Amino acid sequence: MHDYPLNAAAPTSIAVSVRDVVRHFGRFAALRGITADFAAGKLYVLLGENGAGKSTLLRIIAGLLAPTRGMVSVLGTSNIREVAPRFGYMGHAPLLYDEMSAMENLEYFAALYGVTSRERCAEAIRTVGLDPGLDRRVGQYSQGMRQRISLARAIVHSPELLFLDEPFSNVDLRSARQMTGLLAGMRDHGTTVFVVTHQAALMEPVADECVVLDAGRMVAREKGIPARLLTPYPAQEHADAEARR
Amino acid sequence: MTPAPGVWTITRRSLAKDLRLEWRSKDAINSMLFFALLVVVIFSFGFDPTAEESRRIAGGLLWVAILFATVVALNQTWTRELRNQALDAYRLSPAPPQALFLSKTLGNFLFVAILELLMAPLFVVFYNLRPVGPLWQLLVVAVLSTWALVVNGTFFAALSIRTRSREIMLPLILFPISIPALLAMVDATTSILTGESSPAFWIRLLAVYDLVFTTVCLVLFESVLNAE
Repeated sequence: MHDYPLNAAAPTSIAVSVRDVVRHFGRFAALRGITADFAAGKLYVLLGENGAGKSTLLRIIAGLLAPTRGMVSVLGTSNIREVAPRFGYMGHAPLLYDEMSAMENLEYFAALYGVTSRERCAEAIRTVGLDPGLDRRVGQYSQGMRQRISLARAIVHSPELLFLDEPFSNVDLRSARQMTGLLAGMRDHGTTVFVVTHQAALMEPVADECVVLDAGRMVAREKGIPARLLTPYPAQEHADAEARR
Repeated sequence: MTPAPGVWTITRRSLAKDLRLEWRSKDAINSMLFFALLVVVIFSFGFDPTAEESRRIAGGLLWVAILFATVVALNQTWTRELRNQALDAYRLSPAPPQALFLSKTLGNFLFVAILELLMAPLFVVFYNLRPVGPLWQLLVVAVLSTWALVVNGTFFAALSIRTRSREIMLPLILFPISIPALLAMVDATTSILTGESSPAFWIRLLAVYDLVFTTVCLVLFESVLNAE
């Protein structure tokens, strides 16, 4: 890992605001009324079991999904398309083209944001600890390398706001720690970072706040990541959550 | 913050990306060629026309073969955007949705044009064709007809992208809406091949069809792209 992109834009006090956000998939309620404000320049970790609604919340904030009910405001506006150049998103899937190299992918996606500098793309690839000169197609990369290129894609335009959905899945421990260091560095330079993960321990040294979701509801919000959340949920809590569902 | 990119800049970039992907995978062009070749060969075995009959039916056979082959390519167009959810990366960006539509349409136009260039000599050989009318008119008909097929096809392929049986859905939506264009392209081609009547009316109809559907597709594409 090398340098991280500098964020020159001045942070607004509230980066993301969600009000009574509900999302249904058919008859299944993935989110059941989430209300929260997230201040700019902090690193938030979203925790919860599978199906708790973490990814759905992130996709709604990023504008990939519309809420069934409720209001979302990002960087001061509810028109998320208006602020699209100011945030980056990394999803479960890498959002890359397998038949192109990392550099070709980044050049294309950077161009969508008006970034045409080849050096900026190379810098983003170096930032995630990979070699921009690597000529192999992304389809031939390991899963962990694809995750890192996906992160490079999300930060290539130096966003003020970064949404990461399971960024450490299939990434080895050393690389994952480098990625958390990078995210902390970006936060220190003013970027607001949201990370959805099951690996709370990895984020514990750098997280400002954690938000715990359970069955579509926000059940806790705390400074840092408390020790009790670093281990898997106790069996009784898990059973309770299942029963509530 | 970098200024938002313009439609033509992104269209050019996306078109270059699609051509690069197709050059490397050959997904669309191979399946189109194979399919069109099969249709031509099977039709040639199915009929044994005289030169005069050939001129009368060749327009229909040619455009039906190209229409079917185009559907094969159109299905590929969006499939590669769904792999790894690359389309989401585009939706998240400030790039104009119309640029994506234009680049896909232009890309498909190129693929189908290449197919036509390769298939035309085969048609001439298999059906013993020689146009009686002016050849340049055939070129105009080919350009307008190809655009009519791909502009609607690209749009409806995007519309059916999230349906489970999109390979079936696309022809079900596309074929009925292409009937006026198909009628015009077949009649215009037959007019030129036989020299019996002027293709001017059909060419004008094709031009209007292209203009109307290009405008409608461009206007509606953003809703289609962001539909869940």
